[in-house]
Amino acid sequence: MKLWRRLVCYARRRSPWLFHMNSGSCNGCDIELVAALTPRYDCEQLGVRLEGSPRHADILCITGPVTKNAVGAIRTVYGQVCGPKAVVAIGSCPATTNVFIDSRTLDGPLQKHVPVDVFVPGCPPRPDAIIQGVAKAAAILAERGMNPAETALAIATPTRGVDSFTEERP
Amino acid sequence: MNLITALARLLIFPGLLFAIPAAWFFLWVERKSVALMQGRVGPPFMQPFFDFVKLLSKTTPPRSGIAGALMRSWPLIALAAAAGAVGLLPVLPSSGGFEGDLILLLALLELPSMCIIAAGFSSRSIFGEIGSAREAALSVSYNIVFLLAILSIAASQHTFRLDALAALPSSPLRLLGILAIIVCLPAKLHLNPFSLPNAEQEIYAGPMTEYAGPELAMWELSHGLEWVAATGLVATLLAPHLGAWWLAALVFIALSFAIVLLLSAVAAATARLAIDTSVRFYWQCTLIFAVLAISSALFMRYRL
Ligand code: SF4
Repeated sequence: MKLWRRLVCYARRRSPWLFHMNSGSCNGCDIELVAALTPRYDCEQLGVRLEGSPRHADILCITGPVTKNAVGAIRTVYGQVCGPKAVVAIGSCPATTNVFIDSRTLDGPLQKHVPVDVFVPGCPPRPDAIIQGVAKAAAILAERGMNPAETALAIATPTRGVDSFTEERP
Repeated sequence: MNLITALARLLIFPGLLFAIPAAWFFLWVERKSVALMQGRVGPPFMQPFFDFVKLLSKTTPPRSGIAGALMRSWPLIALAAAAGAVGLLPVLPSSGGFEGDLILLLALLELPSMCIIAAGFSSRSIFGEIGSAREAALSVSYNIVFLLAILSIAASQHTFRLDALAALPSSPLRLLGILAIIVCLPAKLHLNPFSLPNAEQEIYAGPMTEYAGPELAMWELSHGLEWVAATGLVATLLAPHLGAWWLAALVFIALSFAIVLLLSAVAAATARLAIDTSVRFYWQCTLIFAVLAISSALFMRYRL
């Protein structure tokens, strides 16, 4: 049993599948996320796969400052991702609403609505920062597998503290 | 043919013990070779295994009622059919029994795609339904070519037993049939020029959209087993008849590997075709070819 649990944790760290969601981003961050899959950065080496359906994903990557229209969709998609799951906020927008702060069309930042595990700041962040963020989220997933009580807590409490920051490369 | 050999064949080689690692290996070869052709490094060797273990450990959304039970059972039926098809391949020389029966093999090879169609419709997701409708249209068009090609091989050599076919020397007509089968394989395995049933990003994940966790793991595994069975069928028809069983097994594995590489190269080099183009391709180009093959086979048979 213990061996199986360790194998599962290892497998979770080695196979993070992403679902990408745009909550009103300017498209800058989305392009950088796709760039992380290209030959130059090639994050498939870490087992990353960009999935078409949120049901298949482990890690939800959210870009954009969370417009009022997007709130319902974010909640739905977060509910559709099957546990254990992690959320990565890509760019400065979901973290702080960035340059759009005080806009009346926004209901950000993201942490008001779903628990965020990793923030990747930058406007837009570099693809290697995004890959680092995804790798951290995968490590968090593996830790949660070792400690099932924490998984339940993470699902139950809507706002969870910031686990880690990835620095932006100069 | 006694019971022990039959069991060994079903469980060890070319059955489950060989087929499941081979399925993961083929899935890896496909992803890795596509990555190499795109100038990337690609996933590590154990990747399909890690994906499988991870999916097994995930939760599934609650499903209730008959629709839920159906949705859970489709991947299992597909998995069982694909595993049975692999177990039927006559890699080792045999005598008697039902293994190597071509008609049963064709039925088992067809079942996973039936299950995919049913799964998409029973998931009640609009994307699943679109994917299933595409899969149904595609399977109607490629299956005619596929069945005619196999029929022409069987008719020209007067037998429906795969082991007897494998033992006979190959003829030019048989090569034609094998070529037609290879043309159908990308559609059967949902590879790139004909990948529209599960067109990624376009209709989310097609029939698989609503599946998660262990159910998705079963789909992945059954897809891998389909790879082994389909390439194994071509390898059996192509392989020369060899006396030593270990030599036969080695040639079988090498030929399957070569076919996987060929299919991945085609998948990496092409883009997804629209449904009308794919259907037209199978109906117009290859159907003529298959009808030619079967008519010449029948002609040969009645003249001989
Ligand atoms: S962080 Fe910058 S690049 Fe990314 S969505 Fe916001 S404004 Fe655009």
